[in-house]
Amino acid sequence: MSAALLHDPARVSWYEASARHRVATLLDPGSFHEFIGPEDRTMSPHLDLFGLPKQFDDGMIVGRGQLAGKAVLVAAQEGRFMGGAVGEVHGAKLVGLLRAALAAKPAAVLILFDTGGVRLQEANAGELAVAEIIRAVLDARAAGLPVLGLVGGRAGCYGGGGIISACCSGLVVSEQGRISVSGPEVIETNKGVEEFDSKDRALVWRTMGGKHRRLLGVAGAFADDAVDGFRAAALALLEAPTRFDLDAMRAEQTRLELRLERFGGCADARDIWTAMGVPEAKDVPALGSDEFVAVANGTGEAKHGAR
Amino acid sequence: MGLDEILGSLFPRGHAVGVDNGGLIFGSAPWEGGEARVVGVANRTALGVDEAIKLSARVLEIVAAGGSGPLLVLVDSDSQRMSKRDELLGLSEYLGHLAKSLVLADMSGIHTVGLLYGHTAAGAFIATALATRTLVALPGADPEVMDLPSMARVTKLSLEVLQDKARSTPVFAPGLDNLAQTGAVLETWDPGKSLAEQLAAVLASPPAGGDARDQLGKARGGRLLAADVAARVGQLAAAR
Repeated sequence: MSAALLHDPARVSWYEASARHRVATLLDPGSFHEFIGPEDRTMSPHLDLFGLPKQFDDGMIVGRGQLAGKAVLVAAQEGRFMGGAVGEVHGAKLVGLLRAALAAKPAAVLILFDTGGVRLQEANAGELAVAEIIRAVLDARAAGLPVLGLVGGRAGCYGGGGIISACCSGLVVSEQGRISVSGPEVIETNKGVEEFDSKDRALVWRTMGGKHRRLLGVAGAFADDAVDGFRAAALALLEAPTRFDLDAMRAEQTRLELRLERFGGCADARDIWTAMGVPEAKDVPALGSDEFVAVANGTGEAKHGAR
Repeated sequence: MGLDEILGSLFPRGHAVGVDNGGLIFGSAPWEGGEARVVGVANRTALGVDEAIKLSARVLEIVAAGGSGPLLVLVDSDSQRMSKRDELLGLSEYLGHLAKSLVLADMSGIHTVGLLYGHTAAGAFIATALATRTLVALPGADPEVMDLPSMARVTKLSLEVLQDKARSTPVFAPGLDNLAQTGAVLETWDPGKSLAEQLAAVLASPPAGGDARDQLGKARGGRLLAADVAARVGQLAAAR
């Protein structure tokens, strides 16, 4: 690939790119300025105990930049380092960024999720960091700031990452993105292969993948895997309501109650899609991006603004 | 301490708090001039979509009603319910919504107090106890992110090695003391004394605004870097 292609957001695959590459191509060229970058070598103090390699940025990149000329704060998880798992330093960088948003008042805070959840080698620090991130996301939203999540990386958005993503004011997902709390292996290990066969990739994708999450309304926007798809979707969500108040939470309560009433008895994602009125539900996994967006926009669940 | 004993000590003037047949705790009790509201998870019940939506419904009713009394969140739960159905229906949103409802209650001026009196783990911990303003515990509570045998499988280290490592750091091993050192738990109550008095003391000195759990973890030596890293990011973001 030539140098020009490497920087063309229309040609860079979100799924294949590193976190650093995603940030560089998502934002306006040359606008990203990192805080506590790899040169600072602020690494996990806990991995030596386990004889595990550390990374200079602890798998979390935070900084500021511009998106179509608007000032934004950005955080990106590197799924290739320990599955993007949240440890003490990794989590604290995002906590610091979200808290800084209250004074910096950017047009948005963008969180590029790519995580398997809490990092077990520093589980207590990671778990608490997730709770602190949730609190900081909601403080930012209560101050009127959009906090947008983008999901389409190799590690997906699992565990505590999935719960944080549900607290964002807007969420963009690609077909490759997966959003869940318990991952396929966790369900299989705890409940058996009859409950969930983690090796059945089609099952994993239609239960946790981006298309199902978009149809269900978990994500408010669907992006093609190319970086420019995420960029366009994020720009569109900048205009969406961000309010975090009793009215918004009551509307979300109603939305989630209705989902259980309508689909609580469904055994498979295909049954849910059919019950939603998606024509030819069995064909959803094969639909191209544009066709899928048209189908999603034709259902009621995908249109809500309550989160 | 069992739940009945806990409720008796918290509310010596009587209470109307019970456990429904799904293992969820709901109710209220007279508290000073007003009323303490209580929600929670009992009997080591797993927190799935059906449980979370009932809890958030009640929390939002409490926010709408306002009032000056505290909201107690009593927790003896399993982890999140690990099932195909829960994930199919979008468990991330149900747990997120419950956490959001509790944070909204706090932002609305209702002092939310989590009380860990048994087990909790993983996503259930995040969506309940860790979403309260003040988290306290009773001795014997055993919160965990993941149990050591499962951690041994994932890290490919023997249980003995993990137990040995756990002695040198509070950062990964399960247990109340370890979590308290990281700043997650403000204080552990004395079951031999009146829980009502201990609750009144917590409510009389609410923490200053903001989330100070990283500062607490630093002061206790269980999470030395988090507060400073977050503060440094804040300084860099403020510099132009």
